[in-house]
Amino acid sequence: MAEPVLRLSGISKRFGPVIANEAISLELRRGELLALLGENGAGKTTLMSILFGHYTADAGHIEVEGRPLPPGRPRAAIDAGIGMVHQHFSLADNLTVLENVMTGSEPVWRLRSNRGPARRKLMAIAERFGLRVDPGRRVGDLSVGEQQRVEILKALYNDARILILDEPTAVLTGREAETLYATLRMMAQEGLSLIFISHKLREVMAAADRIVVLRGGRSVAERAPADTSRSDLAELMVGRRIARPQRAPATPGAPVVEARGVSARHAGGTDLHAIDFTLHAGETLGIVGVAGNGQTALARLANGLLAPYRGRLTILGRAVRRPDVGALVRAGVGRIPEDRTREGVIGEFALWENAVLERIDLARFSRRGIVNRAAARRFTQEIIDAFDVRGGGPDHRASLLSGGNMQKLILGRNMIEGPRLLIAAQPTRGLDEGAIAAIHTRLLEARAAGAAVLLISEDLDEVIGLADRIHAIAGGRMSPPVAAEAADARRLGLMMAGDWDEERAADAH
Amino acid sequence: MDALWILASTGLWDAVLRIATPLIFGTLGALLCERAGVLNLGIEGIMTFGAMIGWLTVFSGGGLWTGLLVAALCGALFGLLHAALTVPLGLSQHVTGLGITLFAAALSYYIFRLVVPLEASPPTIEAFRPVEIPILAEIPFLGEVIANQTAPTYLALALVAVMGWVLFRTPLGLAIRMTGENPHSAEAQGVNPLVVRTACVMAGSALMGVGGAFLTMSAFNSFFPTMVQGRGWICIALVVFASWRPGWALFGAVLFATFDAYQLRLQSALENTVPYQLFLMAPYLAAIVALAFMARKARVPQALMRPYRRGER
Repeated sequence: MAEPVLRLSGISKRFGPVIANEAISLELRRGELLALLGENGAGKTTLMSILFGHYTADAGHIEVEGRPLPPGRPRAAIDAGIGMVHQHFSLADNLTVLENVMTGSEPVWRLRSNRGPARRKLMAIAERFGLRVDPGRRVGDLSVGEQQRVEILKALYNDARILILDEPTAVLTGREAETLYATLRMMAQEGLSLIFISHKLREVMAAADRIVVLRGGRSVAERAPADTSRSDLAELMVGRRIARPQRAPATPGAPVVEARGVSARHAGGTDLHAIDFTLHAGETLGIVGVAGNGQTALARLANGLLAPYRGRLTILGRAVRRPDVGALVRAGVGRIPEDRTREGVIGEFALWENAVLERIDLARFSRRGIVNRAAARRFTQEIIDAFDVRGGGPDHRASLLSGGNMQKLILGRNMIEGPRLLIAAQPTRGLDEGAIAAIHTRLLEARAAGAAVLLISEDLDEVIGLADRIHAIAGGRMSPPVAAEAADARRLGLMMAGDWDEERAADAH
Repeated sequence: MDALWILASTGLWDAVLRIATPLIFGTLGALLCERAGVLNLGIEGIMTFGAMIGWLTVFSGGGLWTGLLVAALCGALFGLLHAALTVPLGLSQHVTGLGITLFAAALSYYIFRLVVPLEASPPTIEAFRPVEIPILAEIPFLGEVIANQTAPTYLALALVAVMGWVLFRTPLGLAIRMTGENPHSAEAQGVNPLVVRTACVMAGSALMGVGGAFLTMSAFNSFFPTMVQGRGWICIALVVFASWRPGWALFGAVLFATFDAYQLRLQSALENTVPYQLFLMAPYLAAIVALAFMARKARVPQALMRPYRRGER
């Protein structure tokens, strides 16, 4: 067994009354790819932030290659050979790749930056690990996957021998994630030691050499992928057995949304080209696809933010000719937007304000331009009780909620009125297993209550588990539907690549 | 026809350089603060104080360069005050900056009145003399334009180049720009954003102080409390016009000065045919129009006006 390059002993950290880490000990060996698995709030990010010197631990100490690491100083961590790739990249959009990588690497008072050697060193590292980038590009112009490459290169440029990645695949598409793990594996073979934080069981099982599970700020288990299973890990992570709910057969009613040859332009995104689909009441229609293939335009279309320039789109019996969000909301369209922190809630607003924002002009929430706060608060409390929103009352700021609870609030404000059409765009992206199960249960309830559900998702398990019929979307075109019974991950994967079998799919009708 | 002849007169370009000099100092100062992520609206007051203290130093027997230095030091002190409130404490940069402007301007007047009792005409000082530059002075047009320029003007021009070099060619400049774009990233790479911001605000404010001192020590030879006349605000606008680049800051300052010098001469050329207020307005109008075009493609430092707190994302 290789010697440990990193040893954390008895790390504890609390924020006020909240225990983030409690006596966590951890060893990382040379050439190892270690997964730190845990739900949101389990203390993974805090632990790694302590290691990197963003926080100072209340107790415990850290040794790197046998030498103690001074706490609370990122530069000391860098000098000891630790590199960190943050979940929300810490890059400067307006600076170039090279500038981002070089910051802090030279003595500050030097009269001239040595760009030439820096560029050569960067290119050599990029070459060695297959992380191709153009050092002169402005970071803000790069794709998310490329930006992550820059983050990794930045760490390697600082001669990192230990690399920490915080939720590295949270923002990546399936294919980008696979490439990333292949790269990480190669780095481990080259003698680097890596820790990656994740809550995705599938990834952890596939990529890690060893898995450490954190729960409630404690280290609860250590497993080798060969000796464990996804359900075992899920139970360790959550502390109880959680199963995602599965749909039961249902009888669809009348069509709620009909699209016939609909084309739409989406500035800054993928356009839609002549798509056809029908969504019935009491049915869930799943749309699978790799991010950026027209899902955003589709969701905007269904939400009333976008209108088709060609073809016929009917929502709840009305032809959509120009964007009109208000009319659709009044007609009973519930919406779960793709990006909950940007479009779903306003972080600085209280929960009650967020709960009624979409329907503030209804007589029950306002009269003659004056908001009825009491009614709004009551409505919010109903949502909190019925949807198990934890982390704050009606008067707390929405930004204090975790992602899962934020999503429950959004779901609640749409569901409590009994929507006729529910548009769920990436409803469980970035959520932990417990929250996912809760959201899935609610989506199935909506369908059982007769709502038509449009489920747009990248998570194949989610779509197969919830949808009655499934379309794939690729390059702004939509496949014919397949029945959920006929769909499996392999077939959907092919369809997502734009490879659909017209005739076989037609059987599914 | 007279209106066009003015453009060919050496007197106009002589005045342009003189009007532009304090703007160059001020704009560079504000630019440095903003590159590090701090808006410094104390500029108007700091320039006033610089004008007063520079004049006072010379009036009480100090040398001209000592006067400039004292103005720079006082500017840096006001910068330290601004930085102390906005950087570690993270208070509103708008409110703090405006407060400093009010405080510094009022303090200037107070000190001035302590020294000089109410008089009809404010006392003057022996100001900077024009510098003779051997070879350039021989060149026909240029020689006459620069014949009356003083040393601080050349200092301002040199500072444009220095600032450009520091910001874009040195590790220090990269650390400054990174702090203004993403202080979290700077911190993660071992640069302390609080130190960088405080130092930049102090250095930038020192330049503002020097810009103000130019008014009393080279342009007007005496101090009166309203003499800065919105030049500080013009500098704030010029920073945006310049997209936070020193070279463009120089261009902006010269452009504004040209309008200003031109309208003065146009006023006397077109005597009484047009209300003079229209001419006074012209450079500002031109600044707004130029700003509207330039600001569209400006790349604002992403962390400008965002206080940095450790550990908070």
